[in-house]
Amino acid sequence: MYRVTNLFKKYNQVAALSNISFEVYPNELLGFIGPDGSGKTTLFRILATLLLPDSGEVKFMNYDVVDDFQKIRRYLGYMPGRFSLYADLTVEENLNFFATIYGTSVKENYDLIAEIYSQLEPFRTRPAGKLSGGMKQKLALCCALIHRPTVLILDEPTTGVDAVSRKEFWMLLRKLKQRGVTILVSTPYMDEASLCDRIVLMQKGKIMSTDVPERLIASYPVKLYAAFGDNTYVIKSAISSLPECQMAYLSGRKVHFTMKPSHHPREIAEHLTKLGIENFRIEPIAPTVEDYFIYRMINE
Amino acid sequence: MRTILAIVRKEFLQVFRNRVMLPILFVVPFVQLIILVNAATLEIKNIRISFVDNDFSSTTRSIFNKFAYSPFFKIQPSFGSFKDAEIEMKKGKTDVIITFPSNFEKKLKQEGKAELQVNINAINGVVAGISAAYVQSIIASFLKEEMGKSYTTILPVQIKVITHHWFNPQLNYKNFMLPAILALLVTMIGMLLSTLNFVREKEIGTIEQINVTPIRKYQFIIGKFLPFLLLALVELSMGLIIGKLLYDIPMLGNLGNLFIFTILYLIVVMSVGLLVAVSSRTQQQALFVLFFLLLVSIMLSGIFTSVETMPYWAQKLNLINPIYYFMRVIRMILLKGSSFLDLLPEFISLCIFAVILWQILLVKYRKSTI
Repeated sequence: MYRVTNLFKKYNQVAALSNISFEVYPNELLGFIGPDGSGKTTLFRILATLLLPDSGEVKFMNYDVVDDFQKIRRYLGYMPGRFSLYADLTVEENLNFFATIYGTSVKENYDLIAEIYSQLEPFRTRPAGKLSGGMKQKLALCCALIHRPTVLILDEPTTGVDAVSRKEFWMLLRKLKQRGVTILVSTPYMDEASLCDRIVLMQKGKIMSTDVPERLIASYPVKLYAAFGDNTYVIKSAISSLPECQMAYLSGRKVHFTMKPSHHPREIAEHLTKLGIENFRIEPIAPTVEDYFIYRMINE
Repeated sequence: MRTILAIVRKEFLQVFRNRVMLPILFVVPFVQLIILVNAATLEIKNIRISFVDNDFSSTTRSIFNKFAYSPFFKIQPSFGSFKDAEIEMKKGKTDVIITFPSNFEKKLKQEGKAELQVNINAINGVVAGISAAYVQSIIASFLKEEMGKSYTTILPVQIKVITHHWFNPQLNYKNFMLPAILALLVTMIGMLLSTLNFVREKEIGTIEQINVTPIRKYQFIIGKFLPFLLLALVELSMGLIIGKLLYDIPMLGNLGNLFIFTILYLIVVMSVGLLVAVSSRTQQQALFVLFFLLLVSIMLSGIFTSVETMPYWAQKLNLINPIYYFMRVIRMILLKGSSFLDLLPEFISLCIFAVILWQILLVKYRKSTI
């Protein structure tokens, strides 16, 4: 669907994207995961024909994003990270406006947005600016879908949205996928990675890896352990000061760590007891995408 | 076409939903026309005048009375010496001092000529000039009336100058100001509102959502221009109606021509506004730039003072000032009844403006995303 080759983009002297290449397959849900400032928004703006790349090529189907941007826009649904609808127009007026601009009508494509819009229906005549955060997102999604796009580009749609609404939003995305929409979504939340078909891990304007989440996790090269205890902060600093430990970091209410080659976590446990730390336990655990990301980040 | 209409519809919805802007749109023409037309006047009244009379004769007395009867002067208490009067002027309490020497009447009757001294506070040069003219004309008319009776034989042959003021026979300053205020009104509504509206889309980020749609830039621009063009024309019509009802302003020319010129002028100033909008990121930036542009070009346009009396360079500078052309056009159509052919130079100038601005816009616009 998209084929990106050797893409570069600089802002003044700062490289926002360097040597990005990847491919988007039809009807997949592709997640772009990376911390703030990793270049996700810049990449999405180029894919959405809003920004010109410095060099490299981006093809959408057979069109070039620079030369044929006008043709691409028909197939494109884009939802910027910042709420970009008219706050002083009502829910209905916003939707009608975007439908008209795309040369279609709400009625014509209602089936695609029916499920999302039914939740907005009670607020039909409310100005968009007065909706709650979650409702704003849903309206923005409706407006991005109203012309039945082939590909939907969502820039951090779940940032600043509560946990329940986030979950709900991902359910909606899965359903849209079933209806044949290809979805590109970016997020800073690693835990959302497992909800994507494939993920692109980004860091400092570069792609670290692109794969199915399960396969990324399976490629985790060493054994990962977790230490549970009363004071995880003390445990973490104790572990990371030990020479046998390769790396240690806090993850939720536990400490994740890996060992240097030919060492065993038993040694860590002995040290901790020696230091007078009680009530802890160490278990091997399965890595997550976040662990993978941190491993790659530290070891590169 | 459908796209443009959708944008126009959206703009009108937004304007009419704006609780601040809507009242302003309808209050502004009333306030401007009622307050500004009456306040901005070059007619000078209530000039404060003091006398220092060292003669105490019937002649000085009747000159004094002449001033007292004039609506332009307000008599202040007289002073015994010029020094006292001068102190009073330095305090800013009097504008004109007339001093009669001690044998003023005697000299006048015996020699047929006499001298008196006029001192005028010239902090405001325009006011001082006009005051001087008033003083001279009052004294001249006194001489003509009083002296003419008894000294007809002495007076040389007089050349009588009869002044006719064309196009504004009563020298009604309101007739001069009202068209200018209308021009201001159209500029404010058309240029200011449309520019700020453009930048607003950028500032709040809605332009992102617009830019990913297949909307063409020209569709977007036309869709944005049309509502404010229409609003400005409505404001002009309101202004003309108020002008007719309140001030009975003359409308000698063809109003259709006036509207054609207004549309052309609006296209020019809105394009200037759009250029400002393209290069600013926030409404504040745009407002600041516009404020500067408007202030300079309005003052230069001949709104209060005639362009012909400006220095040569200022007159040349006005050639690139669209407000100058429109100021001329609206005055010429309303007060002089100029036809389209009379205004052809202005028409061509505005057209050239529009073409050049659109060329610049096309280049600038292509490079940036609004």
